[in-house]
Amino acid sequence: MAGHSENISRSELWGGDGSPFRISYGKQWMWMFLVSDALTFGGLLTAYGFARHQAADWPIGEETFNAMPFIGSGYPLFYVALMTFILIVSSVTMVLAVEAAHRLDKKGVVKWLLLTVVGGLFFVGSQAWEWYHFIHGTHFGSILTSDGWAVLEYAGSEPILQFGRGVSITGAEAQALIDSSTASMQGANLIENEYAPMVPQYADFFFFITGFHGFHVFSGVVFNLIILINVVRGVYDKRGHYEMVEKVGLYWHFVDLVWVFVFTFFYLV
Amino acid sequence: MERDDLIHDHNYSLSANHDEAHGVAIRKTIWRVTIILSLITLVEVLIGALIKQYTGDQGADNSLWPYVKVGFIVLTIVKAAFIVLVFMHLGDERKNFKMVILVPYILFIVYLIFICLAESSYWNHILHDNESNAVETESALNEFSLHGKHANAMTLHI
Repeated sequence: MAGHSENISRSELWGGDGSPFRISYGKQWMWMFLVSDALTFGGLLTAYGFARHQAADWPIGEETFNAMPFIGSGYPLFYVALMTFILIVSSVTMVLAVEAAHRLDKKGVVKWLLLTVVGGLFFVGSQAWEWYHFIHGTHFGSILTSDGWAVLEYAGSEPILQFGRGVSITGAEAQALIDSSTASMQGANLIENEYAPMVPQYADFFFFITGFHGFHVFSGVVFNLIILINVVRGVYDKRGHYEMVEKVGLYWHFVDLVWVFVFTFFYLV
Repeated sequence: MERDDLIHDHNYSLSANHDEAHGVAIRKTIWRVTIILSLITLVEVLIGALIKQYTGDQGADNSLWPYVKVGFIVLTIVKAAFIVLVFMHLGDERKNFKMVILVPYILFIVYLIFICLAESSYWNHILHDNESNAVETESALNEFSLHGKHANAMTLHI
């Protein structure tokens, strides 16, 4: 953008006459807020890493999250990749809204900001579906066999027991283990979960971190809507600048930024 | 509504309003970064689908996996850098502001990751070092804790 990295003498820059960063007060403190919020998320993700690294075993993301709406399971990571793509696209529409704002193009701002809100709502909806599926669990749940916990699935009438780490047992051997199983579990809550019966913290971290992020997305949608209404009412035309669009834009990009890390550490690795 | 904390001189970001010609260049950058971010996500999902963490039916570690894991983290940081520097325009701010935002955060998070990994490695070592095979994890853990209880009871009785 124009004029940001021009040379200004040290004494003029730090002389107390205006911001030494040459940005407005509101934008500077939006950044400060985002740094503190990023520390919160950094702390949460590091705590997750702590628990995960300390555990003997941890569920594999692509095995836990392999369902698609309407067409069933067997699509590892496809749905969450779609969610990630939706959020990236809504980040792009936001940055286009900011660009339009710099040209004082009211129609452009309305169009792109509206699309950002729609993208945000899609993402929150997708997360709700993901939670619903995670809470309700796989079709048959997990059972406790003499070899330990295993997720039970059927290919036709053939039972498949998945023990984690890619270990699976099928056929008569699996049937014998099923017949002698002593406990079962389906879905997930804060106390137990079928994906990692030996590490109940797994679901706790999933609910807390994706929930905290989802709440940020929801808040972002509300902020964007408020600013959109103000744009339509012409508030920023009267003010002569659209800096509020830029500020909520910062928040919205931050939400996308956090998701990039959640995506990596919950689903990919 | 004129506020003197908003507009000081032409160097302020507020005065960075640009014309249509400038907008064309900025939009071009935006679309380029969009394509890069989408491609990285696609590559990540493909790698995740094709390379498994464990190989065979015995649950052996895939020797490729540590590299894949590091690769995922590097790609994530690349994506994050594009979002912060281009979408959030931090790359266009003055250098002193970039430093104020990035340096304290990176220092703190790197330190936090270091102490948490060091501590959890220690606990992982204490809790699970007697296990050779994941399939035996549970029984080994049970035995471990049973022995522990037993030993405690013995000590108490003595």
